[in-house]
Amino acid sequence: MVVKVYGPAYASPKRVLVCLIEKEVEFETVPVDLLKGEHKDPEYLKLQPFGTIPVTQDGEYTLYESRAILRYYAEKYKSQGTDLLGKTVEERGLVENWLEVEAQSYHPPIYTLTIQILFSSKLGFPRDENLIKESEEKLAKVLDIYEERLSKSKYLGGDFFSLADLSHLPFTQYLVDQMGKEYMIRSRKHVSAWWDDISSRPSWQKVLQLYPAPSKN
Amino acid sequence: MVESVTRRSTDRQDQQFPMATPVKVYGPPMSTAVSRVLACLLEKDVQFQLIPVNMFKGEHKSPDFLKIQPFGQVPAFQDESTSLFESRSICRYLCEKYAEKGNTGLYGTNPLAKASIDQWLEAEGQSFNPPSSVLVFQLAFAPRMKIKQDQAVINENEQKLAKVLEVYEKRLGESRFLAGDEFSLADLSHLPNTHYLVNASDRGELFTFKKNVGRWWGEISSRDSWKKVVEMQKQTT
Repeated sequence: MVVKVYGPAYASPKRVLVCLIEKEVEFETVPVDLLKGEHKDPEYLKLQPFGTIPVTQDGEYTLYESRAILRYYAEKYKSQGTDLLGKTVEERGLVENWLEVEAQSYHPPIYTLTIQILFSSKLGFPRDENLIKESEEKLAKVLDIYEERLSKSKYLGGDFFSLADLSHLPFTQYLVDQMGKEYMIRSRKHVSAWWDDISSRPSWQKVLQLYPAPSKN
Repeated sequence: MVESVTRRSTDRQDQQFPMATPVKVYGPPMSTAVSRVLACLLEKDVQFQLIPVNMFKGEHKSPDFLKIQPFGQVPAFQDESTSLFESRSICRYLCEKYAEKGNTGLYGTNPLAKASIDQWLEAEGQSFNPPSSVLVFQLAFAPRMKIKQDQAVINENEQKLAKVLEVYEKRLGESRFLAGDEFSLADLSHLPNTHYLVNASDRGELFTFKKNVGRWWGEISSRDSWKKVVEMQKQTT
């Protein structure tokens, strides 16, 4: 049975897609239309009770939360494709450290920017310019810390591309493309080089080609 | 490197946690994120040294501390081979490094169990923590710090948390603990914020008035490891 990934048009599921491609794992996708509210349908809630995307189905086994799915497949297929976790407990520890940084410090402001700038009019509420300004300032502070980190380390978790870097791909792509905030990346020398490196990986280019994002607000 | 923030442990800490151990946690036990790591260390039966960081004096923003935690937050963690931050990643590292010690099932003993634990750890980090940590600050800490509470923020986050706890209520009616039949890192991760809301605010009923969540809270909060953490929090106020 081939693993099914729900919601490929959107950002969080793309974390899972790029991981599966890196790990050379076959998958199928199942569309979920957020604007039609399909993620709140009773059938969907049986799979993912919080009503968010993605969820994966692997035969009988269901798993949700993109970063949990990343960890599961990166470990399950450790011996094939790209090593996304590191070879020692210490290397894995640093990967987990920066994956948590993405989850706790990078994701909240960039998610707010995404909803406000790209989805507010589709979802039927007015843009909150104060919230956008605040979120951009928070994100800028995080990127300053990344600039320092990436001046000493080629990738966030160490000297190899890992889940920690991968997790940043989908929403950062929104930032530089649809949100028109590429300057946030380009104004930081090491962040800029890191972004070019990770976003030009064939796996990510394939995801963008196969699963275009929903059209602009 | 961090000599300027290192303090001598208290006598009581010296008895329980000898200075000789290389495992160091930096931060005050009253911090929810620090207490998450302390609970994990105690579950795993790993000796450690707790290094105080005086946040009221801004020690967490000092150049020496920023070297080990560039975001200027607590906790930070060091042992003989690494330096880490972010409480949930420190917990995962401890569970992997000390897999054979203490509670050996804390992070699962097979890949599917571990994935379920990671799923609920992520649910905690992404859905439970944001509204509950705002409420902890507004209801338990702001009054102590003489900061004015924001009623609109309290209401908004109470509603968000209530929705999350509806999902938990259903889950905990089907499963003894969040990720399965055994207490895990996923349950542990909820201890710090819930403790403050149940014991230091008037919104405890969000948890205790729900049959399954209430039962679960009673079980996880009565674990020896958590009782020890609460004791450590009391000692340092």
